[in-house]
Amino acid sequence: MSKANLLDRRQVVSTLLADRKDIVAIGGLGASTNDMCAAGDHARNFYLWGGMGGAAMIGLGLALAQPKLPVLVITGDGEMLMGMGGLATIGLQKPANLSIVVLDNEAYGETGGQTSHTSAAADLVGIARACGIEDSRAVTTMAEVEAFATAVHDVSVGPRFANVKIDSASVERILPTRDGTYIVNRIRGDLGFQPI
Amino acid sequence: MHARADAPDTAPNWPDDIFATLQRFDVRQVPYVPDAGHSKLIQRVLASSTMRGIALTTEEEGVALLAGAWAGGQRGALLMQSSGVGNCINMLSLIPILRFPFLTLVTMRGEWGEFNPWQVPMGSTTQGVFELSGVKVLRASNAAEVPAVLEAAAAQAYNALTPTAVLLSQRLIGAKVFTK
Repeated sequence: MSKANLLDRRQVVSTLLADRKDIVAIGGLGASTNDMCAAGDHARNFYLWGGMGGAAMIGLGLALAQPKLPVLVITGDGEMLMGMGGLATIGLQKPANLSIVVLDNEAYGETGGQTSHTSAAADLVGIARACGIEDSRAVTTMAEVEAFATAVHDVSVGPRFANVKIDSASVERILPTRDGTYIVNRIRGDLGFQPI
Repeated sequence: MHARADAPDTAPNWPDDIFATLQRFDVRQVPYVPDAGHSKLIQRVLASSTMRGIALTTEEEGVALLAGAWAGGQRGALLMQSSGVGNCINMLSLIPILRFPFLTLVTMRGEWGEFNPWQVPMGSTTQGVFELSGVKVLRASNAAEVPAVLEAAAAQAYNALTPTAVLLSQRLIGAKVFTK
């Protein structure tokens, strides 16, 4: 079931990554990883197929290792709810180059569309802000998505968090590679690191 | 507070040995969940100019963090207590899938002079949980063997990408004592 006036997830993600330059992007377990791939496979895409709840923390580890690179986590509301403590850890570390986008359809789309806590109780923007991520935004328009996409490249004033209300309609599955070692080594290679 | 019933030293040096090994292996990110057994090591890490101590809300965050650190070119080591190992199980699946170097140092509870029965179940299964999850287990039972065990663990974790946990036994740390 989809509500009116909600953003299209593929349009949101392709806008975030349209002029990505040197961004390293991490997808969450679920449709957000497919959305990243649909926007175009890239050597700096970190596709998550497991470890639910870990996307934001993978982003933190990467952001701390590469403080001059914009690191963008694009995940779903269910994945973010599972790793919610990570927002407090990120709020404590305050990595200026880390941005997190939650594609919030208020449902667990991968498992039959059961409603998530964001549909009626949990306000992820409020949670992120209360965890110390000052720049936490509720996003409802494509103009706001575009503004956030620009802000991501400023690696001096983050961390930042955006909760984007998206349409819950199912979209075609675009599946990226599932080979985790390949995914990580491709990122490392693109950043200039040799195999061990 | 910890007190050792079988040794007089209250300020052990083995955390310094661990710190020196981590430094030599160029460990840069040290996620931890606060723990009395690791308190001296955590202090050393937080005072270090080359390592970043990262306080977590739960141990599984540290596993994911180290995956990201490796993708970004840095090594890390996760500090936790035996009870926290249970919090990590699903996230440990990232290690063989992404094949990143994983070293964790675990202070043990529930195995030597424990007073709190609630610590015993997880303390008793820590080694088994790791082994079922594909993490090799080494153990240090006394201060003298800490440097050699840490050297071996760090070498196989970082040079051979062999995920390794070092269990720092409760006998080494000292049983926790609560006095009324």
